[in-house]
Amino acid sequence: MAEVALSGVTKRFRTVTAVDGLDLTVADGEFLVLLGPTGAGKTTTLRLVAGLERADSGTVRIGGHDVTTLDPSSRDVAFVFQQYSLYPHLTAYDNLAFPLRSPARRVPEAEISQRIEEIATMLRIAGKLQNRATQLSGGEMQRVAIGRALVRRPSIYLMDEPLSSLDAKLRADLRLELKRIQGELGATVLYVTHDQTEAMTMANRIGVIENGRLIQVGTPREIYTEPRNVYVATRLGQPAINLLPAGLVPNGAVPAGARTVGARTEHFRIKKAAGDAAVGRVEWIEHLGDQNHLHVAVGDQKIVTLVDPDARLERGDGISLALVDPLYFDAAGNRIRGGG
Amino acid sequence: MSATSDQAHSVVAPSGASKTIAGALVIVYALVTIIPLVWIVMTSFKTPPDSIAYPPKLIFTPSIEGYCNLFTTRTRQTPEYIAALPPAETECDRVVRSRNMVIAGPSNVIPRFINSIVIAFGSTFLAVFLGTITAYGFSRFKVPLADDLLFFILSTRFMPPIAVAIPIYLMYRTIGLSDTQLGMILLYTAVNVSLAVWLLKGFIDEIPREYEEAALIDGYSRLHAFVKVVLPQAATGIAATAIFCLIFAWNEYAFAVLLTSGTAQTMPPFIPFIIGEGGQDWPAVAAGTTLFLIPIFVFTVLLRKHLLRGITFGAVRK
Ligand SMILES: Nc1ncnc2c1ncn2[C@@H]1O[C@H](COP(=O)(O)OP(=O)(O)OP(=O)(O)O)[C@@H](O)[C@H]1O
Ligand SMILES: [Mg+2]
Repeated sequence: MAEVALSGVTKRFRTVTAVDGLDLTVADGEFLVLLGPTGAGKTTTLRLVAGLERADSGTVRIGGHDVTTLDPSSRDVAFVFQQYSLYPHLTAYDNLAFPLRSPARRVPEAEISQRIEEIATMLRIAGKLQNRATQLSGGEMQRVAIGRALVRRPSIYLMDEPLSSLDAKLRADLRLELKRIQGELGATVLYVTHDQTEAMTMANRIGVIENGRLIQVGTPREIYTEPRNVYVATRLGQPAINLLPAGLVPNGAVPAGARTVGARTEHFRIKKAAGDAAVGRVEWIEHLGDQNHLHVAVGDQKIVTLVDPDARLERGDGISLALVDPLYFDAAGNRIRGGG
Repeated sequence: MSATSDQAHSVVAPSGASKTIAGALVIVYALVTIIPLVWIVMTSFKTPPDSIAYPPKLIFTPSIEGYCNLFTTRTRQTPEYIAALPPAETECDRVVRSRNMVIAGPSNVIPRFINSIVIAFGSTFLAVFLGTITAYGFSRFKVPLADDLLFFILSTRFMPPIAVAIPIYLMYRTIGLSDTQLGMILLYTAVNVSLAVWLLKGFIDEIPREYEEAALIDGYSRLHAFVKVVLPQAATGIAATAIFCLIFAWNEYAFAVLLTSGTAQTMPPFIPFIIGEGGQDWPAVAAGTTLFLIPIFVFTVLLRKHLLRGITFGAVRK
């Protein structure tokens, strides 16, 4: 395992700048999650680390060595692709064995079969090893693809939304499993997703990326409680953060320059109210089983927040709202510290 | 129930009537294509008089005379000379003597057949080999002026090949390639390679790059990844391309007539000469043709699984 460092890496495709001056260090043994919307440059970043793309400028270092111009086969990385991950002409077993049989490694067959057995049991695909890749379900294919990375002990695991094609239950299981394996191996992982739950639960640190630029890197806690700007704030939190014009909802002192207030569920104090005290009105309540989403209208502004099932609020009820320690953003969308 | 539900249903399972009609059409088409072949095979087993009998004979006593005549050269002798010979050793001896002839030696059919095999399979192998690596290069790498080059490659097929036959004839005579197997292999390869590049580029474009990229990351070199990952998945396209190339090279007549007369002559220009001076020996011609059909038939049957998959490429996943 090794530290991976990108500095000032830029990659353009004709007119598109897919990755723009990216500085990012994944520490040895760290699980770093890149979070960003589609087209943000997440896959391109992984491909740059793997050597499948050449950076237009900047350097990539793995374990202290400059690998910027090295071939993929000499970089010692493992990659789980977003799609098309298995060789369709091979069985699941041969797919898993493929990297170990490479000219660069030539692991003895006995050891190969032992490692595959371990990994297959872990990923619960032991019964499917003799199936052709095309005779596996989407979820099984994805697990074999993950397995193909895990049979190796590379400097870094690069994973491009590996869990996105799995059902919710399997995704939750594998999330834990991957995290456990990573901890046991002390593996360095650079993991791409646009699923905030994955990011929050698996990451040592999260890097938020937009339009090829890294906006903020920090622990999940930091990213959640101290987002650098509106964009980062909207990435995390379920339901999503409410962005309100400053002064719409009563709260303490608003810091100078604040234009937007970012209010998450935990910032709201909501009470049933009538008459002048009623600032907002309940539009409807979404029952999601474990959560109830309360949709509130304050003037023209819509607010979505969680509500206690015992709150006994109903559609049409007037409510009073107050904010406690919300986030403040200036006109440019950058966060301002302080306030009430 | 309603007309719409009937229609919707017929998309899934054809109705009895349309099945019958489709079946009948297929049978008619099969008959139309198979009858000439059957006729040729039948003719190869007739005697020369039977082969030109009118009305044509459907029922006849099979004879191997056509095959005897195909494989041998014969000289005419007097009945006295033939009577003085020791008893006939083979069936062919007997058949030939009944026509007042004796076998003088083997004919040229075997060397010609070998020429056909060597030239057709040699040029097919070369065209498919060059076509595969060229198509791979165009498909996967940034080739300067790729579109123009591909168009140029295709443009070599625009002209009817026979238009360049005379210049090629003169050129081959000068450099000593006329009437050589090598010359014919090079020529057919040159004609086929453009087809091969275009067909194979289509197939290789369909193979996602991620497979090779995965192999590169897994520690394989570009060449290894090509052999281990791309070739197996392109097998279908390669087989289909090989059949097209082989059919062209095997059947080619115009160049062969012009550029080969002896040592490198292939079957297509040779077969017409089998008929002999009298112009009566249709069974021998039919026997030559039957022989000529066998290799391409075997090759196509061997690769038919790939051919079918080649046609449905992209439509089915397994
Ligand atoms: N080979 C390429 N040629 C041209 N443009 C490309 C290429 N690869 C990526 N891009 C462009 O670069 C940008 C970043 O793409 P990238 O695949 O890295 O996004 P992503 O963050 O992985 O998105 P997603 O979540 O949808 O996978 C996009 O605008 C994309 O269109
Ligand atoms: Mg991507």
